[in-house]
Amino acid sequence: MTTDKRPAIDFRDLTLGYDRHPAVHHISGEVARGELLALVGPNGAGKSTLLKGIVGQLKPLSGTVSLDGLERRDIAYLPQQVEIDRTFPITVFDAVAMGLWHDIGMWGGLDQARSTAVANALRTLGLQDLAQRGVGALSGGQFQRVLFARLLLQNAAVILLDEPFRAVDAKTIEDLLHIIKRWHAEGRTVIAALHDFDQVRAHFPRTLLLAREVVAWGPTKQVLTPKHLAKSRQLVEAWDEQAEICERGEDASERISA
Amino acid sequence: MIHALIDPFVEFAFMRRALVGCLALSLGAPPVGVFLVLRRLSLMGDAMSHAILPGAAIGYLVAGLSVSAMSLGGFIAGIAVALLAGLVARTTVLREDASLAAFYLLSLSLGVLIVSVKGNSIDLLHVLFGTVLALDDQALILIASIATLSMVALAIIYRPLVLECFDPNFLRTVSPLSSPTHFLFLVLVVMNLVGGFQALGTLMVVGIMLLPAITARFWAQDISMLIVAAVASAFAASTVGLLLSYYANLPTGPAIILTSGAGYLLSMLLGSRGGVLWQLLPRKHLEA
Repeated sequence: MTTDKRPAIDFRDLTLGYDRHPAVHHISGEVARGELLALVGPNGAGKSTLLKGIVGQLKPLSGTVSLDGLERRDIAYLPQQVEIDRTFPITVFDAVAMGLWHDIGMWGGLDQARSTAVANALRTLGLQDLAQRGVGALSGGQFQRVLFARLLLQNAAVILLDEPFRAVDAKTIEDLLHIIKRWHAEGRTVIAALHDFDQVRAHFPRTLLLAREVVAWGPTKQVLTPKHLAKSRQLVEAWDEQAEICERGEDASERISA
Repeated sequence: MIHALIDPFVEFAFMRRALVGCLALSLGAPPVGVFLVLRRLSLMGDAMSHAILPGAAIGYLVAGLSVSAMSLGGFIAGIAVALLAGLVARTTVLREDASLAAFYLLSLSLGVLIVSVKGNSIDLLHVLFGTVLALDDQALILIASIATLSMVALAIIYRPLVLECFDPNFLRTVSPLSSPTHFLFLVLVVMNLVGGFQALGTLMVVGIMLLPAITARFWAQDISMLIVAAVASAFAASTVGLLLSYYANLPTGPAIILTSGAGYLLSMLLGSRGGVLWQLLPRKHLEA
């Protein structure tokens, strides 16, 4: 994966939104293969919207997002608004095993190798003793581990995480960060929407600061500056019912070369 | 005692036919009900059962009391309402429950109108409340075919359906099967309701779909056991309900559904998974 120098994701003047109102607009840029990118910005900056656009759940209002040579199975996505029914009667093992969907599809069974893969994923996340528990019996942190174990099995080239550390304790964050670094070391492209700047500075080499448009994009140290952060707070405005038609052509944001 | 349980079925062909029809229904409908309950769509089953009425009524107008015409009409009406409701929910501000409510009420009133203007009130009673003691060969074959088809289809879409209930967003990211699965499931709901309305009527057929499924929640935890428990509970309710109606001279459809309802109330009290009485017992908690 690392030898390929084509970008994993290429945004061209991308505008995404709901009902003609853009949530993020005029995004242009590339995410290189194997990049570990933090996506930061205030609430309402459009981080989740951008991830939805990448995964194809939201059609662009204008512009394009191209995933060069990547297919649906190459992208794993952990959404923020988890519509997951945690009272659903399914065991931890079965929930995690669904990460193998691309291998087993609708009817494929779990052979020895696949069962072992599931068991390994469970062990990596420290869930081996909970395998036969129902997901309803898990704590918030344990459930997030389940979702990460499922991501592990998806074995995707591009992994999108929308606020993966929300409401989990320090130990869990540490373990999950360890997995993210492992993915990075394996040459996978990881984009994570995050809020904790210290965490981003410590673990993420590159950052995209978003505030309904690109405020700054580049090496984390040069992006997370007081000037940029102040600008990002100003830019996030409320939804404007009377918003005028956006005539802007090219992106006026500040692009920092690596 | 044994004789009291078996004799009515040995002696009377109409009782045997009723039993076969109800058992076939009990095989097809409760598993679908289990998924309706798990998806928190219990009341959608009710709405859909009302929606099939005008189709059945038009079928009746065209071909008289013909099983196939009424079933086909009911099926088309049910699917149309489900599709329109889904379409409106996806393209307007209405959520699916609200648009479904609007369409099924339209459909129901249209159905009652058609039956009242063109038929007579006895016909209306037949369609609304069913005639489980008068199932002919055609009706039995229809019910059995639907039960078979329903179980096979459920087996085929089982995995995506479970995912669609548990984590629909995940299913959408890994596969394009989310919408087809949802649609096929709706077809199964309508199909089973149509299969049952000959026997139990459009109003009460939902009972044999949902009550056993809800009852099962008090006895089982994983989905396969929920399905087994729901079918077992529906079998019991059908048999006991038929016998009750025979000995106490009660209308059969309500007797079956009431028996199923009694099973639910008992399970709510005694069920091994969260039954009320168990919660009242002072039991010490475990170490871990």
